[in-house]
Amino acid sequence: MKNWSARFLTTALLVCSSLSTWAQEVEMADTLRAEGKIYVIVGIILIVLAGLFVYLFLLDRKVSRIEKSLNK
Amino acid sequence: MKTWLKITAIVLLVYVHTAGLLMDVPRLNILNETIRALYFHVPMWFGMVLLYLGSVYYSIKYLRNPSHELDVKAEAFAHVGTAFGVLGMITGMLWANYTWGSPWHGDPKQNGAAIALLVYLAYFVLRGSLDNPEQRARLSAVYNIFAFAAMIPLLFIIPRLTSSMHPGSGGNPGFNAYDLDSRMRWVFYPAVAGWFLVGLWISNLRLRFKLIQEKSSDTSI
Repeated sequence: MKNWSARFLTTALLVCSSLSTWAQEVEMADTLRAEGKIYVIVGIILIVLAGLFVYLFLLDRKVSRIEKSLNK
Repeated sequence: MKTWLKITAIVLLVYVHTAGLLMDVPRLNILNETIRALYFHVPMWFGMVLLYLGSVYYSIKYLRNPSHELDVKAEAFAHVGTAFGVLGMITGMLWANYTWGSPWHGDPKQNGAAIALLVYLAYFVLRGSLDNPEQRARLSAVYNIFAFAAMIPLLFIIPRLTSSMHPGSGGNPGFNAYDLDSRMRWVFYPAVAGWFLVGLWISNLRLRFKLIQEKSSDTSI
């Protein structure tokens, strides 16, 4: 049992270390995220989305009003 | 359209645009951060196919039991679906420019998508060229079935028979090729659902707008 768990731990450690070295080779936007500025972009996109939805809701309300006035 | 569906769409898309940009993604060469296009580009195409499916559903329903509203519904769904397809095309070209090296690579799926969009543009040309409303509704409903039947092999069968650079192509087993990291599904599926609901919402607005337009022109005569 002890032997099995030791073997498992070594394998896990080896896999982890190989994964982390592999991960460092590929360029990603790590710096941007470290500086935290990615949230600026998330904010911008969410504002655009919010604007789109407000627009859709207003358009929806306008159409509903005309529908009501036409059905009278 | 029910208000809770609209709210669901908003909640899903706010989540998708936050998690889609901030969550960890597989680190792959060449793709780098552009792998996140799966969350924003691919839902446009899934949305388009689902909206076209709605359109052909109403067209078949129209042919079985003709009514003016069914015809307007089929047109609205196809219209919004085409808008989604154009957005999918533009986002795909921007992405391809930085990963494949040029915006138009002649990839079978890219070509197929362009042909499918042209087939659907012809649907609107056909509608615009007929003055008799009943003739227009009937002919365009029949054409819509053809257009849908042409789109499926163009997007989902031919790219698989040849060697497309899109995932799930070139003989690979469909969607599992995306399965680089199953965590990506947690953002991808909500993105598809959210954008499809927004598509339904806009189609619904277009349908109501068209019906009002006709009603008001009837009363003014």
